[in-house]
Amino acid sequence: MLTRELLNESDIARMLSRMAHEIIERNEGCENVCIVGIHRAGVYIARRLSEKIRLIEGVTIAVASLDISFYRDDLNRRKNHPIVRKTEMPIDINDKKIILVDDVLYTGRTIRAAMDALNDFGRPAQIQLAVLIDRGHRELPIRADYVGKNIPTSRSENIKVLLKEDADHDMVLVIRDDPDV
Amino acid sequence: MDLIIRRGHIVDPSQGIDFIGSIYIENGLIVKIENTGTTVEPGITRVLDASGLYVFPGLVDMHAHLREPGFEYKETIKSGTSAAVKGGFTSVCCMPNTKPVNDNETVAEFIVKKALSEGFCNVFPIGAITKRQEGVELAEMGMMKDAGCVAFSDDGRPVTDSLLMRRALEYSKVFSSPIISHAEDLSLSNNGVMNEGYLSTTLGLRGIPAASEVIAIKRDIELAALTGGRLHIAHCSTAGGVRAIREAKRDGIYVTAETCPHYFHLTEAETGGYNTAAKVNPPLRTKKDVEAVREGLIDGTIDVIATDHAPHHRDDKLCEFDRAAFGISGFETAFSLSLALVKGGLLTLNQLIEKMTIRPAQILGLSKGSLREGVEADIVIADLNKDFIVDPEQFVSKGKNTPFNGWRLSGMPVITICKGKVKYHLNNSLMAEGI
Amino acid sequence: MDKDLLDIKSAATADIELILNTASSFKDVLSRDIKKVPTLRGKTAVNLFFEPSTRTKTSFELAEKRLSTDVINFVVPSSSVAKGETLYDTIKTIESYGIDFIIIRHQFSGVPHFISRISKASVINAGDGINEHPTQALLDAFTIKEQKGTIAGLKIAIVGDISHSRVAKSNIYCLKKLGADIRLIAPHTLIPTGIENDVTEIYHDIESGIADIDVIMTLRIQQERQSGGFFSSTDEYFKFWGLTLKRLGKARPDVIVMHPGPMNRGVEIASEVADSRHSVINTQVTNGLAVRMAVLYLLDSARPRK
Repeated sequence: MLTRELLNESDIARMLSRMAHEIIERNEGCENVCIVGIHRAGVYIARRLSEKIRLIEGVTIAVASLDISFYRDDLNRRKNHPIVRKTEMPIDINDKKIILVDDVLYTGRTIRAAMDALNDFGRPAQIQLAVLIDRGHRELPIRADYVGKNIPTSRSENIKVLLKEDADHDMVLVIRDDPDV
Repeated sequence: MDLIIRRGHIVDPSQGIDFIGSIYIENGLIVKIENTGTTVEPGITRVLDASGLYVFPGLVDMHAHLREPGFEYKETIKSGTSAAVKGGFTSVCCMPNTKPVNDNETVAEFIVKKALSEGFCNVFPIGAITKRQEGVELAEMGMMKDAGCVAFSDDGRPVTDSLLMRRALEYSKVFSSPIISHAEDLSLSNNGVMNEGYLSTTLGLRGIPAASEVIAIKRDIELAALTGGRLHIAHCSTAGGVRAIREAKRDGIYVTAETCPHYFHLTEAETGGYNTAAKVNPPLRTKKDVEAVREGLIDGTIDVIATDHAPHHRDDKLCEFDRAAFGISGFETAFSLSLALVKGGLLTLNQLIEKMTIRPAQILGLSKGSLREGVEADIVIADLNKDFIVDPEQFVSKGKNTPFNGWRLSGMPVITICKGKVKYHLNNSLMAEGI
Repeated sequence: MDKDLLDIKSAATADIELILNTASSFKDVLSRDIKKVPTLRGKTAVNLFFEPSTRTKTSFELAEKRLSTDVINFVVPSSSVAKGETLYDTIKTIESYGIDFIIIRHQFSGVPHFISRISKASVINAGDGINEHPTQALLDAFTIKEQKGTIAGLKIAIVGDISHSRVAKSNIYCLKKLGADIRLIAPHTLIPTGIENDVTEIYHDIESGIADIDVIMTLRIQQERQSGGFFSSTDEYFKFWGLTLKRLGKARPDVIVMHPGPMNRGVEIASEVADSRHSVINTQVTNGLAVRMAVLYLLDSARPRK
């Protein structure tokens, strides 16, 4: 296994600041906006984005967390069902602009499941997608509205986002399974 | 001379024989037994070389179920006796819980005739004590005796009415036939399906307390004392039962008793996981009971080892535990399982053979279980060192129901001779000298 | 996890905890406007009930539907079984439909274990004879945990017909694994042989048994036990072992009262107790749904994949 550091703490901080600005710009402020993070890293990123926006705009945007285990389309293929985490949806999402946040955008299946889950809570006015890394290889017609960084990868590679919330440092790693390739 | 078995180690407790010698058979009878060298008349005598093997009287099983008539899908006289001779038995007594019940001379005659025409060994029917085993009216014991019945029992449906049991013990005295008691207090058993204890609570299965057997044994012993009748206690499974029989014998009451291999090998633990192969009545008990049953065999409290061969169809066991039939298919494992007591140093070989030959024959008044000169040549030749793994699929009995599946056992019959004729042999190589 | 939930006595403590944690997420789902998730879409469950049961069957059926599972109800009146096909054949027939779950309620103990041996589907015991009722114990544990925060160290009393109660049996094993201090309260006739090995204390007198209790579970008293000689009359039972407000006063002030239902008011429990602030009996029903959803969800992944 080969591991390489792609992005460090300050890279990540810069990316998040830019994304926060883009969100404010695109939504002409942050009225009616709320951020929903997908467990687990997506929730941390959502909180950081909310904090960045607060520093810029002086407004606190509500953050919700979403567990998509019940909506996955790969339960039949997995050896064990995922550990179910707490979904906290303290807000009424009806007619809101939802910024859905995840760490890595890959096949798009997680986002599809997250949108299904959101629909069971209400009918948002819009859903926008923010991801820290877009590594390509989409299997569904899904595109991110805000991207920290596009990182072209091969399918044999794996992108790992470590965040201080449950790791030592903020860091994005690329892990290659087979060093011979 | 028709057949000579030579160089075998002969053990016949009925005559105190324990030596290497020869048995001479003519016209289906034993004509001579000797421990000297064999004089073979060349050309006209078939000789069976039993070197390295043991030779015993054919085993006598005083408690079996052959299921015919009525339950031929479970076993027939043919399949059952074929399993019996494979297990070393040359005489088996079949319990009356057939359909119709063997409670009259017609059924008894049917069984006897069928056994003569299709059976592989001697079959002695046991008649019912009461009509249809209903525990209400005495069956015609005398007529059944004349038709060939050797004892009377309402096995499985014990006589609950103490007065009727008293009458049975009294009435049967005329015919010198023992009354065999399946000792169980049915009201106390309360439709239980296994031994009562912590395990039955854990499994949520209704328990049959040991007291259910002990109470019934004690009642029947008191009735035997009262009447002077001939009481035989079937399949004793409890420490309390062994103790009661021991005390009765000490007090001079005429009572005999049997147990079965599963009661001195297995505990209720076999029932774990709702294993219907271990569902049997009386139920498998605790370690303490197993020890007591062994103790009873050692000190002679328990006279006989019987099989309680109770074959069942696969469907009767492949079902809910509560619905599963009680019983274990026993013919083809009984000898080896019993021999384990000898190998374990608990019984001498002589004691074991006595409990499986002459003792049951004496209790039933049969001229069986002995190699005396002049008796029918019922003989089993066994290899006491041959190991095998119990595989019910290899049973010739129709009943594959055994909790001993997969057990490694040591010692098995290799040739069984009934009335001078070889009815079973393990393989042809043993028959080299012309049989 | 194993593919089946047959009993609590052989369940791993970690699995019990996983079920309880997962149930909490399903409880959230049940509080939404849209109470259904697509998780087990395309799966089929058979509710195979050989005993009449309204509560448990309804709870399982709704749990299955909330998970988008297709549901087949197969209610077999026990009286007709004797003449009908064998259970083996019934199971083999049902399996031919390609089902994923068999939820089995049967009057005989060990039937779920038997089915599990002959079927590839996930078997869930919905009550077998006098053996176990595992999902009831799980929902009770969930309820206690929800009410008290924890189970370890709590003093929990189970009052009533322990001998014939699969609910009591499952609860004893479950709460023991989760570290509770379990007391049984019943007349001697209703205490099964050897159960002292699995509980802390056995009381035959409710007054002393109830002292300082955090949780009290009352069990349904069945009329037919009277004819079986287990007690002399329901009136006498209530007088000596019924849960009254006065008796409840001896327990801790924040004691909760549970009952698996259906209740016999005035036999094992006084109406005032059933309707008191201590009673969590209706909460148990709601939680039953969440716990059964969690069990279905987790067992689904434990079945071997093609």
